[in-house]
Amino acid sequence: MNKDGVTFRLAKDRIFKGLVILFSFLSGIPLIIILYYITSKGISSINWDFIINLPKPVGEIGGGISNAIIGTLILVLVSCILAVPLGISAGIYLSETRKGKIAYVVRLCVEGLQGIPSIVIGIIAYAWVVVPMKTPSAISGSVALAIMMLPVIVRSTEETLKLMPNSLREASLALGVPYFRTILKVILPAGLSGIVTGILLSVARIAGETAPLLFTAFGGNFMNANIFKPMSSLPLLIFNYATSPYSELISFAWGASFVLAVLVLSLNIIAKLVAKKWKVQF
Amino acid sequence: MESPVLKIEDFCAFFGANQVLKNVSVEITRNKVTAVMGPSGCGKTTLIRCVNRMHELTPNAKVSGKMLLLNEDIYSINPIVVRRKIGMVFQRPNPFPTMSIYDNVISGYKLNGIKLNKSEQESIVEESLKKSGLWNEVKDSLHRKGTFLSGGQQQRLCIARALAMKPEIILLDEPTSALDPKASNHIEELITELEQYVTILIVTHNTAQAARISDFTAFMYLGELIEFGPTEKLFTVPEDKRTEEYLTGKFG
Amino acid sequence: MIQEQQNIMKLQLKERKQNIGRIHFQESIFRKVLYLSGILIIVLIAGIFFTLLFDSLSAVRTLGLRFLYGSTWDPVTSNFGSLPFLLGTLLTSFLALIFSIPFSLSISVFLGEYFREGIVSSILKSMIELLAGVPSVIYGFCGLFILVPLVRSIEMKLGIVPMGVGIFSASVILSIMVIPYSASLGREVIQLVPSDLKEAAYSMGATRFEVIKGVILPYARSGIFAGVLLSLGRALGETMAVTMVIGNKNALPTSIFSPANTMASVIANEFMEASPGTIHLQSLVAVGLLLFVVTTIVNIIGKYIIKKMSVEV
Repeated sequence: MNKDGVTFRLAKDRIFKGLVILFSFLSGIPLIIILYYITSKGISSINWDFIINLPKPVGEIGGGISNAIIGTLILVLVSCILAVPLGISAGIYLSETRKGKIAYVVRLCVEGLQGIPSIVIGIIAYAWVVVPMKTPSAISGSVALAIMMLPVIVRSTEETLKLMPNSLREASLALGVPYFRTILKVILPAGLSGIVTGILLSVARIAGETAPLLFTAFGGNFMNANIFKPMSSLPLLIFNYATSPYSELISFAWGASFVLAVLVLSLNIIAKLVAKKWKVQF
Repeated sequence: MESPVLKIEDFCAFFGANQVLKNVSVEITRNKVTAVMGPSGCGKTTLIRCVNRMHELTPNAKVSGKMLLLNEDIYSINPIVVRRKIGMVFQRPNPFPTMSIYDNVISGYKLNGIKLNKSEQESIVEESLKKSGLWNEVKDSLHRKGTFLSGGQQQRLCIARALAMKPEIILLDEPTSALDPKASNHIEELITELEQYVTILIVTHNTAQAARISDFTAFMYLGELIEFGPTEKLFTVPEDKRTEEYLTGKFG
Repeated sequence: MIQEQQNIMKLQLKERKQNIGRIHFQESIFRKVLYLSGILIIVLIAGIFFTLLFDSLSAVRTLGLRFLYGSTWDPVTSNFGSLPFLLGTLLTSFLALIFSIPFSLSISVFLGEYFREGIVSSILKSMIELLAGVPSVIYGFCGLFILVPLVRSIEMKLGIVPMGVGIFSASVILSIMVIPYSASLGREVIQLVPSDLKEAAYSMGATRFEVIKGVILPYARSGIFAGVLLSLGRALGETMAVTMVIGNKNALPTSIFSPANTMASVIANEFMEASPGTIHLQSLVAVGLLLFVVTTIVNIIGKYIIKKMSVEV
């Protein structure tokens, strides 16, 4: 009797393990499908013209997505300018103030910000920037993206600085270096790898965002480097073209998806490399 | 009698309600090595951290009594000024990891925004590294980061960094306890050589080390200064019974 | 000798006093800037909440409670009931969770128990990270061109109107997107289960499956639940992928294959078409406020559970 019971239990054990392995790798299938489709359908559109040229009106052959590429770069750059100083500074504040009511509330707010749906942030940027300016613009899009970047930057700065050993701080203070210079010139440089990694990861995230840009940066088919006017971006272009009925536009969308995927992937890889190579050993 | 560079009078230190230093009074002689020894928890590290006012970095830390550096009350001057006149070397070597050896040595000036021209900088770096016995080993790699150095070399780098500021006193907090015996030996030899340039106050839990390198020794127990005197005398004919018990290994 | 040194020190002190004054000033500015940046974060989120509140206020006042339970959303007749979107959001999110849980749980157990280290573990970990990193619009795009035709053929076989887009497609895409979130949190809590508990079970002759079922999962229960909640929070707010495959119909979904809209997708679709200052736009902002409140509550509960757990552990 015992033997049968044991055999049954062992069988269950093996079946379970098999199911776990099966389901785990099944989860990878969508990823493989997506990467396969983007690459196979997108790569045929990729050529030098594609990157360099502007979109042509429907019906004409050729053209490119240069405005979307430039747009993404500009939007990301301006967002960084807005979010990085504030994020790092709030991160320093939190890492230096372990206790206290205000620090506690700030931490809660950072977590709260992280959970806000991107479309809601788009509404906010619309209300705060587009309405007063009476026009959609890149800067309103960057404001939205910056709000999305903030929590990640604050968190990674705080976590990195908390990991800095106390001996580093004491070495500096014992030399008579005042507190603020100790933070700026000793602790912060030592923690640079973690902070930069946080920035790169948040850039990778916002580079692919569409929702907050729908009514802020708005998009467009023209080359525009003026941040006070509407601006295109890769995700916006993909959305607009993919949902259009024209097959030329749809194939452009595949090409743009490929470019965007490569961009996001590279940023993630660079972030990993930075985390490894720049990390300061104590 | 030679002039005391540091006078400690009736000094008490507290962590919140806990009193860790009880009415310590002692005079530290210029250009001599004074060792402070005692079992763990006796307050020796707290004492030297009060000299360069690092003690007050801990929340709820309080002090009373007087500490006079060259007859100037340390506690009436801004702590930053005090720390620039007093150097400190810690238990675990802590060179700045993002800076080169060169930059580490003059970090006291650089971080404080004190401007020196190139030749002044170079002479300070060379002089300090020579004094700490590291010059020959690193003179060709001054611009590399200090992390490739061994533990003993890193500690000598920290000593050079402290010497570069030309302090009145250097405080050493168990500087060899994280090092292997060979490196510890080098540091001990270095300390006896450094006497001529600077006054040294060293905390050690190793009585043999105190006997080897110091001119004067202070024995502390439970926050009190039990006995103080020339090392030879204290080790051979201690006046207090507790000193004798500590030296013969009965406790600590 | 002492006198000379004293004089030198006094001179240096005078110089220092001026520098010290400057240092004090710089230091206080530094501390103020840090404090201010913390406060700005608080102001930011408060601003977000109050902006949503004020910009939707008059719509809510005019529509009253009908806003929440009305099932018609018609800009033409100014009839704005958001029930279709509430249902759309809830249906898609919960279906997404149900579809994803077997997969994310498997991954958590795989990475937390069977393959903690090694090449296989790294491969799966990278795959999960990549899944999380794919931009939402690309998910939507692929969903539109790969999943929707598939669903269409299923619908044809089932005799339903073959639209392809609808709640089902949106739920499937969403489920793929949220797998990484509950998987990674689940993995962490499973790894934290103390080994002496597991060894006690093994020493009584339990199989690995029995240890997982009887010791590990119950112990890690609240963490896994928190991970599921976090996934839920993510699913509730997801916009682009859902917008592209849900069919954009402002009506109560009647079946799992109905085209519908979620709170996020209706905003994405109609915001630019609504004229500023109209009750239409304000109602959309009100939907945004609703979405903000719901996701925040779900996230708070999830984070609270995680915090409670780390205290216990």
